[in-house]
Amino acid sequence: MGKPSLRPRGFDDLGLRRVFGDRMLPLLVAAMAFLAALAGAGAMAAANLADHWREGAGSALTVQVPRPGGAAAAGPGTVEETRIDRITGILRGTPGIAETRALPESELNELLRPWLGRDAETASLPLPGVVAVRMAENGLDDSVLARLAAQLSAAAPGTTLEAHRPWVRRLSLLARSLQACAWAALGLVAAVAAAVIAVATRGGLALRREVIETVHGLGATDGYIACRFARRAAGLAVLGAVIGALAALPVLLGLANLATPFQTNGAVGSAPWLAALPPALWIGLPVLPLAAGLIGFATAQGTVRRWLRRLP
Amino acid sequence: MVRLDEVGLRYGGTRGGPEILRDISFSIGPGGFRWLLGRSGAGKTSLLRLLSLAARPTRGTLIVLGADIGLVPRRALPPLRRRIGMVFQDFRLLPHLTAFDNVALPLRLAGRPEGQITVDATEMLRWVGLADKTGAWPAELSGGEQQRVAIARAVAGRPSLLLADEPTGNLDEGQAERLMQLLAELNRLGTTVVVATHNDALVERHPARAMVLEHGRLVEDG
Repeated sequence: MGKPSLRPRGFDDLGLRRVFGDRMLPLLVAAMAFLAALAGAGAMAAANLADHWREGAGSALTVQVPRPGGAAAAGPGTVEETRIDRITGILRGTPGIAETRALPESELNELLRPWLGRDAETASLPLPGVVAVRMAENGLDDSVLARLAAQLSAAAPGTTLEAHRPWVRRLSLLARSLQACAWAALGLVAAVAAAVIAVATRGGLALRREVIETVHGLGATDGYIACRFARRAAGLAVLGAVIGALAALPVLLGLANLATPFQTNGAVGSAPWLAALPPALWIGLPVLPLAAGLIGFATAQGTVRRWLRRLP
Repeated sequence: MVRLDEVGLRYGGTRGGPEILRDISFSIGPGGFRWLLGRSGAGKTSLLRLLSLAARPTRGTLIVLGADIGLVPRRALPPLRRRIGMVFQDFRLLPHLTAFDNVALPLRLAGRPEGQITVDATEMLRWVGLADKTGAWPAELSGGEQQRVAIARAVAGRPSLLLADEPTGNLDEGQAERLMQLLAELNRLGTTVVVATHNDALVERHPARAMVLEHGRLVEDG
């Protein structure tokens, strides 16, 4: 017979390797980790979308000036100017407005082309002048905007000011709702993973009942027995989560590359393929196995300790 | 060492089934030896479960190794269990551990240094005549060898109290005699020993004070 040796690292006192879900548990956790990665990416995408809308459309105003080339009502001591020049001048002099740009006729035609086709340039439609306005960081509140609209209308009758803020509010609400759904899905996935680990742990307890009772009778504490199960569960959960995260990586990279043109104003392929994934996801993916390990450890500890309470 | 006053045991707690043990009172001092006799179902195993702290009394007072078992908190029981050795008729060796690791297990639970465990477990296996079987799996050992490993495991932690439940039930006469010599030697070294059996021939060959149980009551102690 072989000479006895010192206990090897990871010595399996309770014989859990033979009975504690060495195949099914990692596969189930891998599926959970895959879903968690997608849900986490969804939450981050929704947050990015909300920020994008808030920073973009939320700070924009559109001013439409009918008959832009017509002469503006001359005030006392003023030189004659067109209606759109008058409006642009007022806007530039308004505090809280960072940038004002009157759209040239060619750009207007470009905007109308999807609806009017190539005839847009030749059709003699009475198009209004359009001024794109970007507000400063703090923007203008609703009462200031109402006063500005009245001022513009007085300077060039028929002029309208359209703030995109109400739409942005609704879109932001939508994005936040999507984000909340994604976080809820993430929580649900974590709960299901915990349930799967609890069921596997109970299975292991049932199969090792006699061994556990013997070891308990020899003076093992609840902590000793629970720790054996918890280490095994954590190890299997980490393994499963690594598989799930690796499986999710190409999917997320593909989705991120599809989304890149929307974030770079249509510049397809402007970023390296791997760089398309947001940094938060590069951090989030390695965190998945850690989180799965923690869930596995805590769930197994709780399950075993509850089970052991039936013993004196 | 061990003292029982009007002890009763009912499985399932005070509102559980019928009382298995009733009004049990006796005491055993340090270094004592007792036979525990009675027919099957008399309550011998239940009494040993009480003494090994595998169950708590539902009434009465049970003092084991100076602790009132009915009153001590649950977390105080594991250290007490490590001072009690238990030998079963069906050995209860862990099938996934070698003979050496089975014997080493209680020492590991007690947190002994691994180097010391190697020395002690090897010495225990040598004491029971199995020095050449340290790496054997339980399934590779005969019944007598398994029982000797179980004894080595039970005494590896130098227990103050050794309990044996029908330890010779699965052994032939020669193996049973060898086992009794081991138990007697431990008793001479100061360990309190209680052996439950219905092997009358064994009791006659090793005369000692005996307790007799009938229908859960202690009917004789002398």
